[in-house]
Amino acid sequence: MSVQEQSVRKDKKSDVVSSTRRTPLYNLHLDHAAKMVNFADYDMPLHYPLGILKEHLWTRENCGMFDVSHMGQVWAKGGDLTIAKEMEKALPVELQELAKGKQRYSQILSDRGTVVDDLIIANPSEEKYADRLYMVVNAGRKSEDLTHLRTCLPNVDFELLDNRAQIAVQGPKAESVLSTLLPAVSTMPFMTFVCSRYKDHEIFVSRSGYTGEDGYEVSLPSHIAGDFWRALLKDRRVRPIGLGARDSLRLEAGLCLYGNDLDMDTTPIEAGLLWSIGKRRRQQGGFCGAEVITRQIKEGVDRRLVGLDISGRAPCRRGVQIFVGNEQVGAVTSGGFGPSVGVPIAMGYVKTAYAKVGTVVTLNVRGKSIPGAIRPLPFIKHRYKRPSTVVSQINNGEE
Amino acid sequence: MSLRYTKDHEWVKVEDGVAVVGITDHAQQQLGDVVFVDLPNVGDTHDLGEEIAVIESVKAASDIYMPLSGEVIEVNEDLTDKPSLVNSDALGAGWIFKIALSAYQEEEKQLLKEEDYNALIA
Repeated sequence: MSVQEQSVRKDKKSDVVSSTRRTPLYNLHLDHAAKMVNFADYDMPLHYPLGILKEHLWTRENCGMFDVSHMGQVWAKGGDLTIAKEMEKALPVELQELAKGKQRYSQILSDRGTVVDDLIIANPSEEKYADRLYMVVNAGRKSEDLTHLRTCLPNVDFELLDNRAQIAVQGPKAESVLSTLLPAVSTMPFMTFVCSRYKDHEIFVSRSGYTGEDGYEVSLPSHIAGDFWRALLKDRRVRPIGLGARDSLRLEAGLCLYGNDLDMDTTPIEAGLLWSIGKRRRQQGGFCGAEVITRQIKEGVDRRLVGLDISGRAPCRRGVQIFVGNEQVGAVTSGGFGPSVGVPIAMGYVKTAYAKVGTVVTLNVRGKSIPGAIRPLPFIKHRYKRPSTVVSQINNGEE
Repeated sequence: MSLRYTKDHEWVKVEDGVAVVGITDHAQQQLGDVVFVDLPNVGDTHDLGEEIAVIESVKAASDIYMPLSGEVIEVNEDLTDKPSLVNSDALGAGWIFKIALSAYQEEEKQLLKEEDYNALIA
């Protein structure tokens, strides 16, 4: 059999010059005996000795900690301009309605309405940050994003914060774990954003993540990232989790991965992301790609992102063709084994006529036809702490 | 009869003209959690080196090659419901298929002894 070993980094304290980039937590990953791989030009942990399957399940049951420092943290500074209004020219999200201390999911769109990148954008409460918004973009898209945004919005100053690290803390025990270091985070509802302090350094904390679980994403200066990571790891409920489980967690949660399920040939309407485009924006337009997006909202799209139920145990990975009868109606864009659901799962694009839930399909894996059916996303129930759940917990005196 | 190995991280145990085939413990460690084994068809005849089965882990799909030429005479049906046997007992209950050998005399020399395989993965 073929075993790929080229990505295994056994030279622990080696001086070998690497062309890939490293996050501030790189040496800690080696200390944890992570299997390192190249991802978006970064040397990142694919998994730790626990393995992808158990790391996935640990996150769903306890608390997983992820190094997401490779992702791009960006200030969008408007100077004398109203930054929310300016940024609405590039993003289809309602930003003028975005209250201080809140964040939203959105996409940077091309003039064809296709996805340059997807991102989180936050409105910080601090008076000193009144002129700006904070964004987190995908690692592999940083330079494309900045080029596009700077062309689109020449009067906005985009500053890439490459002196900051980011750690995601995810899972049902994330609140209890993180509040031992940062007590104030327990009352934060889903999709809120605060500037806080850790050992007298400025950190940004949001209640969000990409696993389908409750959790937080913490941005902090690179030089204290290791300190924070080690402090969290002292808690026995916490395990470091690699990119492998991050991928299976987000797939079960039905969340799109840029480069797989979203790209420069895909629009947010095709991807089922209409919910992220505000009502006012749908009516008024006024953003890059609006012509295509408003037309697609009105007239529909030719293909849709769907979930797939798959019979048997064979994983249907990216590229597997989807058939109805003899007609190829689409292809899988993300697929694999879902550790929490215990079966293979996939999502992909199919022609709109076949996108209805329950439509019977076959998937072609190595020449074999595997029966399947269109199903809704996600594959697991999201367990976010939306405002009502936080309030009821406070009232019930739960942790 | 001791195990012999291939450069492709498979082991074979040859007895009375029949080879039992599996993947090595090193290979299962590299693959990670096995979630599916696409078994070969019983009765098919293949030459040494042909891709005849696929092991899927949570990470990726990996091909299994014929370690010796012959006819597939049995597959490990237990792997259908419990593919994790490849992880938990790679050299025993995680065996994958059996071959009735057709050219063992000529092909035997291509197999590695345990010490040579261990040197390969060291």
